[in-house]
Amino acid sequence: MIVTTTKGEMDDSLLEHRTGTVDNDNEATTWTEYWLDGELVHRSVHVTLKKMPIFAGAEAASF
Amino acid sequence: MANTQSMCTSFMGELLTATHNFGTAPIRAATTADTFKAALYLSSATINAATTVYSSTGEVTGTNYTAGGVTVTNGTAPIATNSSATAGVAYWTPSASFVYTTVTLSTAFDTVLLYNSTQSNKAVSVHTFGSQTITAGTFTLTMPSNTTTTALLRLSTT
Repeated sequence: MIVTTTKGEMDDSLLEHRTGTVDNDNEATTWTEYWLDGELVHRSVHVTLKKMPIFAGAEAASF
Repeated sequence: MANTQSMCTSFMGELLTATHNFGTAPIRAATTADTFKAALYLSSATINAATTVYSSTGEVTGTNYTAGGVTVTNGTAPIATNSSATAGVAYWTPSASFVYTTVTLSTAFDTVLLYNSTQSNKAVSVHTFGSQTITAGTFTLTMPSNTTTTALLRLSTT
């Protein structure tokens, strides 16, 4: 697979591939990195937002 | 039958479509949806509930990132639904992910500002996530499900 890197387009067989995830109440995140000789040459991230705070409780006035 | 005091759920939904105007501005001539955009901000920025308008101060900069961010895909109109005589919710979620393609954003960022570019870049909402950097890659921000409990923007009586 060809990967866009800071060095240009490279075949991933030449690169070290690292991935990671974060999963909490706010988000589910995955990241993928490619390294060349100890240098980070590509990093992409996909954040999925889960549940956002509600704006406010709206209430009609009492008389 | 009995009457029940409550905000009307339809009203909350109509707030999301600018049907009601208790003030004097703006004058809305168009009946089409406004254009909304999504800008990314550095972890060191100060973007919060007091933010009133998009600003480039504290916004990310980097290769292939355009100041102001990306245009939000708005393919689904706001929905207003009742769950009881006293409870309802109006909600809306962008219909596609925010995608920043082949960018390099070397300084950590953790926030996206949703704003209305049609209405003088007025701020809508601020959403935070874990701090990130991008290197010759793509940053994709996928929206929560467009439901009464998880939608990106929700107005609720409860």
